[in-house]
Amino acid sequence: MIHQYKNNGYNIVLDVCSGSVHVVDDLCYDIIEMYEGKSQDEIVAAIRSKYGELYTEKDILEACEDIEELKKEGQLFTEDVYKDIIIDHKKRKTVVKALCLHIAHDCNLACKYCFADEGEYHGQKRELMSLEVGKKALDFLIENSGNRVNLEVDFFGGEPLMNFDVVKELVAYGRSREKEAGKNFRFTLTTNGMLLNDEVIDFCNREISNVVLSLDGRKEVNDLMRPSRNGKGSYDIIVPKFKKFVESRGDKSYYVRGTFTRNNLDFTEDFKHMADLGFKEISIEPVVSPDESEYAIREEDIEKICQEYDKLAVDIIDRHKKGKPVTFFHYMLDLTGGPCVYKRLSGCGSGTEYLAVTPTGELYPCHQFVGNEEFKLGDIYNGIQKNDLVDEFKMCNVYAKEKCKDCYARFYCSGGAANSYQFHNSILDAYDIGCELQRKRIECAIMIKAALAELEEGE
Amino acid sequence: MKRIKTLTNKTLGCGECQTCTVGNQSCN
Repeated sequence: MIHQYKNNGYNIVLDVCSGSVHVVDDLCYDIIEMYEGKSQDEIVAAIRSKYGELYTEKDILEACEDIEELKKEGQLFTEDVYKDIIIDHKKRKTVVKALCLHIAHDCNLACKYCFADEGEYHGQKRELMSLEVGKKALDFLIENSGNRVNLEVDFFGGEPLMNFDVVKELVAYGRSREKEAGKNFRFTLTTNGMLLNDEVIDFCNREISNVVLSLDGRKEVNDLMRPSRNGKGSYDIIVPKFKKFVESRGDKSYYVRGTFTRNNLDFTEDFKHMADLGFKEISIEPVVSPDESEYAIREEDIEKICQEYDKLAVDIIDRHKKGKPVTFFHYMLDLTGGPCVYKRLSGCGSGTEYLAVTPTGELYPCHQFVGNEEFKLGDIYNGIQKNDLVDEFKMCNVYAKEKCKDCYARFYCSGGAANSYQFHNSILDAYDIGCELQRKRIECAIMIKAALAELEEGE
Repeated sequence: MKRIKTLTNKTLGCGECQTCTVGNQSCN
């Protein structure tokens, strides 16, 4: 399967099933487009008809030879050898290796788009996770992780720093169990920044592998959607704290992460604003919200958003040229390594190797399902009760999803979120707008690779 | 220019890699 497209002056050809990526001239681009369906004579005639005398017959035949050579080498028109190998997902034994720990179902902001319903998660009451529940959750993770060594715990909410003492004690507890259990804990934390102080910063720089700092971009954009409980914006409080935190972070990972909505479809300006503030690791994602909300992304917005992704890609290349590179999370694509095929095809792991734990110890497939009783899988005291539901999540792989199995992005996207349920009432469907945007981001990410490769050649 | 520049060729589980897209994750 071939996916080819033009972007920012580059003709890009992706050989989907081998992962090969080629940048080609106009002649090869057109020949590849018709290569499988036409004879060589027909190709020559079609090219001559389109370009007149621009290319000689010798040029065209040589290009055909180059293409045939790549095909023989398994770098073009490669067959899909994976769909039959991966088919038996349901029988695979899965272990838990990551928990999203809802350390606080409470929040000091009142963000309008919050899928956690300001920390209350749709009817769950405001509460903080106790140390006892947290310890039991870590025990559950260790006991259910089989022979996995690397375990991950994300402190999430609500606002995790509203329960900072328990966060600290749980990290200490996890570290105390690492050696005897033969495990390595990787702790991560997401925060809105309101409670960031020197003690929190020191702790995070010692113990937290990746910190996600929530900021939507420009002051007016951020404050419209992320007010505090008294209605005032959060920008002026959090930006100085984030800057201080990032300056102290050294080489440890962080992301300043924003959400864009229908109110700021020009989100490249927010990216630029955050980059100009000195943040070098940035993520901006489209809002996930019910269709009827006034800020929800609509189908009619897709074209504008795709143009915006193009602008963002060009800005990233420019910053690279100026020697001040900034990372945009969804444009990170490891073309030379990346995860193995098994990982690429088996999806995000929600409901199987990744579970969310509520403050009372209930288990859900991931943070986006918390509060939806239908998806409560069990609890940390009695383990998984709904194994049939876990089996359904095991099947969340790209070849089980009709919309994904022939999609050119399937080896980079892995089927997206199981939470397409919110839009299609099936975890085996795909969220259409999300898919469109994901495909566009992958196209831009590959184009950036082409541009940076050209830059390196020129140096 | 050369007609075809190959950026990468044929790039395509121990379960130890990081979990929460996967295309931008790294591998063992």
